[in-house]
Amino acid sequence: MIPAQFEYVAPTTVEEALTALAEGGEDAKVLAGGQSLLPVLRMRLNVPSVVVDLGRIDSLRGVRDDGDAIVVGAMTTHSDVFHDPLVREHAAVLTEAIEQLADPQVRHRGTFGGALAHADPAGDLGAPVLALGATFTIAGQGGTRTVEADDFFEDLFTTAVQEGELLTEIRIPKYTGWGGHYEKFVRVAHQWPIVAVAAAVKVDGGTITEARVGLTNMGSTPLRARSVEQALAGQPATDEAVRAAAASAAEGTNPPSDLNGDADYRRHLATVLTRRAVLAAAGA
Amino acid sequence: MTRISLKVDGASCSDDVEPRMLLVHYLRERLGKTGTVIGCDTSNCGACTVHLDGKSVKSCNVLAVQADGHEVTTIEGLAQDGELHPVQKAFHDCHALQCGFCTPGMIMQSVDLLNENANPSEEEIRLGLEGNLCRCTGYHNIVKAVQAAASEGAGASA
Ligand SMILES: Cc1cc2nc3c(=O)[nH]c(=O)nc-3n(C[C@H](O)[C@H](O)[C@H](O)COP(=O)(O)OP(=O)(O)OC[C@H]3O[C@@H](n4cnc5c(N)ncnc54)[C@H](O)[C@@H]3O)c2cc1C
Ligand code: FES
Ligand code: FES
Repeated sequence: MIPAQFEYVAPTTVEEALTALAEGGEDAKVLAGGQSLLPVLRMRLNVPSVVVDLGRIDSLRGVRDDGDAIVVGAMTTHSDVFHDPLVREHAAVLTEAIEQLADPQVRHRGTFGGALAHADPAGDLGAPVLALGATFTIAGQGGTRTVEADDFFEDLFTTAVQEGELLTEIRIPKYTGWGGHYEKFVRVAHQWPIVAVAAAVKVDGGTITEARVGLTNMGSTPLRARSVEQALAGQPATDEAVRAAAASAAEGTNPPSDLNGDADYRRHLATVLTRRAVLAAAGA
Repeated sequence: MTRISLKVDGASCSDDVEPRMLLVHYLRERLGKTGTVIGCDTSNCGACTVHLDGKSVKSCNVLAVQADGHEVTTIEGLAQDGELHPVQKAFHDCHALQCGFCTPGMIMQSVDLLNENANPSEEEIRLGLEGNLCRCTGYHNIVKAVQAAASEGAGASA
């Protein structure tokens, strides 16, 4: 199947893109890597009259060092984020999550910003980005604003990015020296997770001093497992202690029931995967 | 209509295309490069894999206009001077196909995989090919073919 007809614009600056979006109004759609949007257009689930392709805006691509944080341009491909040494050093859990996201071909095209703006509850990037407390930069006709990760994900496929706006970059504080792991549960290769857990932990002399844990597909948005984070702080990095802390992973979640598993099964998975993710992140 | 100019298998082409035209349709229907096939409607199967600026992509999930100014290599551009690419030869030698429908995509992805990692383990080969589905072989001989191509140094030469 092919998409319905649309007008195509390929601006080279963010300003031009915002103008094209404003002119297109509610019938305009942003195209990043196209790995989620093109299947949607081909199935005609969405029929935009104008498609604004961000692929020629060089300023949106790349990862840079910004003192106590790293900044990822929205149009940086999954594969470029995966290979980036800054990300590996300061946000290891992201490298781990991307390694398990989709397949090599999709990772060559799909983008960091596109995946986050798409906000699929089963998407692999939301939980790590939320756990790391990222800040999102959003550009609009009236200028740019920033939104904290806790406020970015609003609902299924819905974020703080409004019509006519663009997500331009994602700022991630540095977690230098922390361990990171993404534990993803799937039935078949290159698939969306049934449940997944992102964990970043700081270990000092065998003790977990701080932990950040994010859950994928345990509700309509990615979630922070704050009770687990609190329970882990000060605990030894042992199977017994982590197992006890992970028991509350599903607290306050609202997981879906579908053909892959019902909500209770997912709640159980969340505790098991949290234990595995934290232990792996702690190197235990 | 939008004017696009790109290089496909070494040759320059310029065409007016509808923005909604998929790269795979451009390759097959405009350029006659039917070596690249379509195996699904959901961008899952990988049969349509080509290289865009040297990196593997699913050409059913890229618009032809997005390839404007870029370079595409299809399965038809792999052989040089009538000599099969080492990965093509390895697929032939190892009997890495039955019906052959997945083969163009499998070979293009295998070349990409060896470009990134000239000496992959069996597990790395299986992961590198996870976006390519084969309904016939059970993957066994495909993995063997990639191993054979790697030991012939295909990753270095590609
Ligand atoms: C076969 C297959 C398997 C996949 N498996 C997984 C998986 O296991 N895990 C996973 O997480 N994902 C998976 N994906 C999706 C993949 O991660 C996509 O790359 C990602 O969801 C979308 O990124 P994109 O750059 O392609 O965005 P697009 O598809 O171009 O855009 C997605 C949406 O976001 C909007 N948008 C994009 N960029 C911006 C921006 N800068 N500002 C505002 N709005 C924007 C678009 O308008 C659109 O609505 C898979 C995709 C495929 C085809
Ligand atoms: S035809 Fe492109 S992935 Fe199946
Ligand atoms: S050989 Fe038939 S699909 Fe792979």
